[in-house]
Amino acid sequence: MKTLLYALKQILPVFFTYVFVGIAFGILIHEAGYSLPWALAASFFIYAGSMQIVMVPLLITGAPLYMFAVMTFFINARHIFYGLGFIEKFQKMGWKYPYMVLTLTDEVYSIFCSAEYPESIEEERANFLIALICHIIWVLSTGAGALLGQTLPFDSSGIEFSAVAFFTTVCVNHWRQMGSRIPSLIGVACVLVFSTLLGADRFLLPALITSAILLLFFRPMAGLQTGGIKNADTCD
Amino acid sequence: MPIPVIDSVLAICVVALMTWFTRSAPYLLFGGEKELPGTVRYLGTVLPASIMVILVGYCLRDIDLTAFPFGLAEILSVAVVIVLQWFGKNTILSILLGTACYMILLRTVFPA
Repeated sequence: MKTLLYALKQILPVFFTYVFVGIAFGILIHEAGYSLPWALAASFFIYAGSMQIVMVPLLITGAPLYMFAVMTFFINARHIFYGLGFIEKFQKMGWKYPYMVLTLTDEVYSIFCSAEYPESIEEERANFLIALICHIIWVLSTGAGALLGQTLPFDSSGIEFSAVAFFTTVCVNHWRQMGSRIPSLIGVACVLVFSTLLGADRFLLPALITSAILLLFFRPMAGLQTGGIKNADTCD
Repeated sequence: MPIPVIDSVLAICVVALMTWFTRSAPYLLFGGEKELPGTVRYLGTVLPASIMVILVGYCLRDIDLTAFPFGLAEILSVAVVIVLQWFGKNTILSILLGTACYMILLRTVFPA
């Protein structure tokens, strides 16, 4: 019970994002001519917000399958980097291991990166509950959108900013808590340089790859200081 | 439905499988080893700080700094979140006020 309450509290920052983006996807796919079971199945199996929204126009235009594959790879390739910090942690979780791996979305990743676990909380159980409840919220929200089938009765534009706000708070926490500020600064530099050079839609992957390379290059400087990470086991 | 059922099923399967592939790639690469290479362990520790900054940049990728409103609604709201989180350390409050700030700016100062 205590662990469940703790999990719910950790989920709160992403709750509104999931509900409103989920509803938006439900409405979109419904308008494209897919009924409730399609929306639920897509959210259950894919469980990747931005890619699901990109998928709808591809479905409408009848794009070839390889196009779906290529788009998904480029939009979701960032997930390749997310897993690096959780290999040993998830492997210990038995039958839950594959589930934890496949449900590590942007939001769940951010929660795991910022969570501090009190001693009374079972960390593994809390993490599993966080992953499971987020998944359920996502599926139900898209279901609600598909049932609504039209725009919301009130103007919710701008609510999607809550995701950006949450990611920003995690950045601030990293800045304060990591022993080194080099990783954050490398992130800033990579965003500025690659978004200027390559444009809005193509900078993500080069920026991630370059930041990893730069981090390896700066390892003697960044590595020494990260011995002092406050909550070392949440992100290593 | 714009395209046949079987094509729709295949398309959703392809998207799901490719998403699963990107999420499981690091485990497929390094999960089998008894001891994680030091380099991977190091990246696992420091990379999140870079990734989160890049993710914020990615979320804000569509703002146009060369024409009105110069992404001011986004930039100001992110600044509000940073200040609140820096001094208040209350994540929920930072998100609520930051998002409220953005929604208000969007409706008053910088209407789309």
